[in-house]
Amino acid sequence: MNEFIAPTVEYAELSPLLIVLGAAVVGVTLEAFLPRRGRHRIQVVFTLVALVAALLATGWVAAGLDEVEGASGRGLIAAEGAIAVDGPSVFMWGVLLVFSIISVMLFAERRIEGGVSAFAGQAAALPGTEAEREASRQGIEHTEVFPLVLFAIGGMLLFPASNDLLTMFIALEVLSLPLYLLCGLARRRRLISQEAAMKYFLLGAFSSAFFVYGIALVYGYAGSFTLADIHAAVDNNTGSTNLLLAGMGLIAVGLLFKVSAAPFHAWTPDVYQGAPTPVTGFMAACTKLAAFGALLRVFYVAFGGAQWDWRPMIWVVAALTMAIGAVVALTQSDIKRMLAYSSIAHAGFLLVGFAGAYGGDGITSLQSVLFYLAAYGFSTIGAFAVVMLVRDPGGEATHLSRWAGLGKTSPLVAGVFAFFMLAFAGIPLTSGFTSKWTVFSAAWAGGAWPLVLLAVGMSAVAAYFYVRVIVLMFFSDPVVDGPTVSVPSLFTSSALVVAVVATVVLGILPGPVLDLAQQAGAFVR
Amino acid sequence: MDLDLYVPILAIGVLGAAFAFFSLAASWLSGPRRYNRARLDSYECGIEPTPQPIGGGRFQVKYFITAMLFIVFDIEIIFLYPFAVAFDSLGWFGLIEMGLFILTLVAAFAYVWRRGGLEWD
Repeated sequence: MNEFIAPTVEYAELSPLLIVLGAAVVGVTLEAFLPRRGRHRIQVVFTLVALVAALLATGWVAAGLDEVEGASGRGLIAAEGAIAVDGPSVFMWGVLLVFSIISVMLFAERRIEGGVSAFAGQAAALPGTEAEREASRQGIEHTEVFPLVLFAIGGMLLFPASNDLLTMFIALEVLSLPLYLLCGLARRRRLISQEAAMKYFLLGAFSSAFFVYGIALVYGYAGSFTLADIHAAVDNNTGSTNLLLAGMGLIAVGLLFKVSAAPFHAWTPDVYQGAPTPVTGFMAACTKLAAFGALLRVFYVAFGGAQWDWRPMIWVVAALTMAIGAVVALTQSDIKRMLAYSSIAHAGFLLVGFAGAYGGDGITSLQSVLFYLAAYGFSTIGAFAVVMLVRDPGGEATHLSRWAGLGKTSPLVAGVFAFFMLAFAGIPLTSGFTSKWTVFSAAWAGGAWPLVLLAVGMSAVAAYFYVRVIVLMFFSDPVVDGPTVSVPSLFTSSALVVAVVATVVLGILPGPVLDLAQQAGAFVR
Repeated sequence: MDLDLYVPILAIGVLGAAFAFFSLAASWLSGPRRYNRARLDSYECGIEPTPQPIGGGRFQVKYFITAMLFIVFDIEIIFLYPFAVAFDSLGWFGLIEMGLFILTLVAAFAYVWRRGGLEWD
């Protein structure tokens, strides 16, 4: 009989992941045993401490990464080939954890709703029933959101770092399942929130199925799940090209769904609109980052040798995504839906960087996309945080017409929002400009100049609807009985300050973060 | 390139689809349509779905929790079995990892228990 050999696991290098997932399990236990009073405070503190600890651990791992012999990257393949702890992974871990900390601060906000969080008091109670009213009378809250978000973050850390397709699939599920739940937990407008969760769940299940089918076909082609083995199979051109092409296409569908690229974007506006706003901000920044990381890793590492087969496909998807995102956003009358289409347009700009696939001197496509994701995430969390503040008696005032004249009644909040809009539009001196510049120049160097020209045109179209919001806020008369701007607690205000400062700093002094992205180097296989 | 290998798979697929269509069509054409209470039950097996759904039509959400708990323990055993087989060669590493695994499940179980998921009424 064969002897079993115990696997070696590099616990130290995987510590950020282990801290976050371990904290999620401890969070569930806390949920079980803590009394209802005080649970919220303890969960918030515990979650934030765990995330900061994971961030520190990430810094420590990043400092200790070794050069790989015979390759350009730094890092190692951990856990028997399942996880790649390399420069890009560690960079994404760091950025993801920073975004997560800001998002959790938004999750913890209680002052805006008058002492309770933005999440449903009792999700099991039917909307509009006596049970629901009873739950809100008692001030019941779902503090489960904190362990849930920790699980989602754990999956997001694993997703772009996974070095084989099966691990990647597990990570996809670990990050998706808590998100489906979180989407359905809004305190206000619960039906639309539950509808969002349902749609996201069903479409997400479909896209997972596509992804797994793609994995199966690629396994049939390469005889392995490991990205390095698939790379070798592509280089040696073993097996049937049809299997490879079909597998690649299906895997792309699964991943492009998660980054909300057209034509797989249909879920985005509904889910972004229905989900509780802190969750929307979290998804827009973190899910996008994790999914782009995974997309880049799979296509650059495993399918890098077949790039002439997939690049045309990505070109078409990028062009479609930019066009649909920018043009359809023009017609939106709901601020959250508009931001959703804006996030689709930004996915398109990111895909331009991805399609360039430039790996030469200077900033590579990978590094430029990492930088863009870092810059975009701060602005998008900030923008959604502002949406949380502008309120009617029935909840957030998301209809665009309600925002008219906000600049006259609340100049500070409107100014901050206008600043984020300018950053999205890519105006110089904001992070939007520097990040677009790096992505487009890397794509140009990679020979994708027609796509870059289109992207610049689409940026102009997108700028129109961003500026339209600014004009609406500052140059039209305030509405009668206009929305009130709530004064948030320290959590939301500090999250907003961080987002604004990051957007300014990355616009004026992008050097340090660009250097970090450049030091991330290349994927290790 | 040899696609002949896939012909049997295709044939199975076609056969499966044909069988599904045939069965549905055959029962639709030949079956008597006598609806009664038993026919319209959720499970057409003579067993009353208990407890009776209130107002009819809705499933009790309790079934869901029971099914989920079953799956949790089911999967725990599936993982414990190969561990037991390879216990000798995995040594302390295996014991600690499985201990952690069970601890993780216990956390979920404790949550369900404390929140009253195990009480039927």
